[in-house]
Amino acid sequence: MAIKFRTDGKEVKITGEKDMPPMAASLGLMTWNKTGSWRNLRPVIDYDKCIDCFICWKFCPEPAIIIVDERPVIDYDYCKGCMLCAEECPKDAIITEVEGK
Amino acid sequence: MKMTMMGNYAASWGAQLSRVQVIAAYPITPQTLIVEKLSEIVADGELDAEFIKVESEHSAMSGCIGASAAGARAYTATSAQGLALMHEMLHWAALARLPIVLTNVNRAMAPGWSIWADQNDSLSQRDTGLMHIFASSSQDILDSTVLAYKIGEQVLLPTLISFDAFFLSHTMEVVDMPPIEDVDKFLPPYNPEYKLDVNDPRSFGALTSEEHYYEFRYKMQEAMDQAINIIKKEGKEFEKLTGRYYDLIHPYRCEDADLILVTSGTIAETTNVAVDELREEGKKVGNLKIRIIRPYPKQDILNVIKNCKKIAVIDRNISCGYHGIFAQELKSALYNETNIPVWGYLAGIGGRDVKIENIKEIADDTLKSDKPEDLIWKGVKL
Repeated sequence: MAIKFRTDGKEVKITGEKDMPPMAASLGLMTWNKTGSWRNLRPVIDYDKCIDCFICWKFCPEPAIIIVDERPVIDYDYCKGCMLCAEECPKDAIITEVEGK
Repeated sequence: MKMTMMGNYAASWGAQLSRVQVIAAYPITPQTLIVEKLSEIVADGELDAEFIKVESEHSAMSGCIGASAAGARAYTATSAQGLALMHEMLHWAALARLPIVLTNVNRAMAPGWSIWADQNDSLSQRDTGLMHIFASSSQDILDSTVLAYKIGEQVLLPTLISFDAFFLSHTMEVVDMPPIEDVDKFLPPYNPEYKLDVNDPRSFGALTSEEHYYEFRYKMQEAMDQAINIIKKEGKEFEKLTGRYYDLIHPYRCEDADLILVTSGTIAETTNVAVDELREEGKKVGNLKIRIIRPYPKQDILNVIKNCKKIAVIDRNISCGYHGIFAQELKSALYNETNIPVWGYLAGIGGRDVKIENIKEIADDTLKSDKPEDLIWKGVKL
């Protein structure tokens, strides 16, 4: 069976049902699963228009908009391109680009 | 302390004695009084719990799932259409292995619109993976609630406690309320190994491929198998505390019986009286009350029925297109094990009263008959 890694660095080897938790709970975080590759549309923040209201940060259904140095930053490792942020931005400061290969 | 109370309030006070921490509920007759009383208890500060008013039963179970996943003791109650609306989340609660307790007042499914007793609502949830108790008295309701947390939190399975609308939900009975200090000793706080915890983050219910899903089902079945012994063990512990013993089945005068009636819910209590009267008439009849249908007490049943000549099952439910569900389950348990013939009777569907004389007729008809039948519509007006 698969080997899963805990984010705290511990390695857990699953060789059978006895090593598994009773329910489908992962043995750690799912941060290794970078869902950004699912994205067809790419939101890009125009920081000249952005007023740092953080409405995009509030609406993002993933935690894919993070705050870096008091400004919203899109984490493309996890952003799935749902474009809710662009829809909700009161200043139309989030541009939609088509994701390339 | 002995009190007179409706079955619904026995459920409320059972939840209070269990010190539930989150109650998420939506009203539906005949259950409403259960959560109404609990909302009063919480508002009066007599129970340290969050009472979440939700917009549907689907949300009620979802709220319980979130609370239980975070390590809280969660409770809800519903009936009939409300239970049906919870269906998706019942699977979720069971597969997520969350020991939530759900009380369902057995009410006939609509249409025709009905609020009266019928087991089809909860039996439709048979395969969701919840342990399933059919309580037959108000005392049973209260005690089962405490026991369901004690057992469920060991095997990590949710429990559905069902009981008949009006015959129990709105009927006053004497109930012995154990002191909460005694219940505290019996039922320690819930502290699961896996829970939502910001200091130990993990994901719950994540994508599970065929590589692991099969094994999770294996674990769930294993938990159900373990639950049989734990139900008995905790039943005995509870007896030390209260003098009342609860098992998966409760046989009454079955030892030397030629005919054993197999019953559940309030019909089981009436059948005990019918059995006494039949015995006075010289007929060797016994009553086997099925209190818990999941996990199914197959071996216990085989031990009780092994020497009888005939079995008659009385079902307040029907799986249309086949027959009564308790009868189906019993026959599947007996297959390969015995050749005792089984008669399947329906009675009390949609809340129709099942009287002592109706049960005596069923017993007399079965004693006279030499040809077993799957489906006999007792008292149907044709």
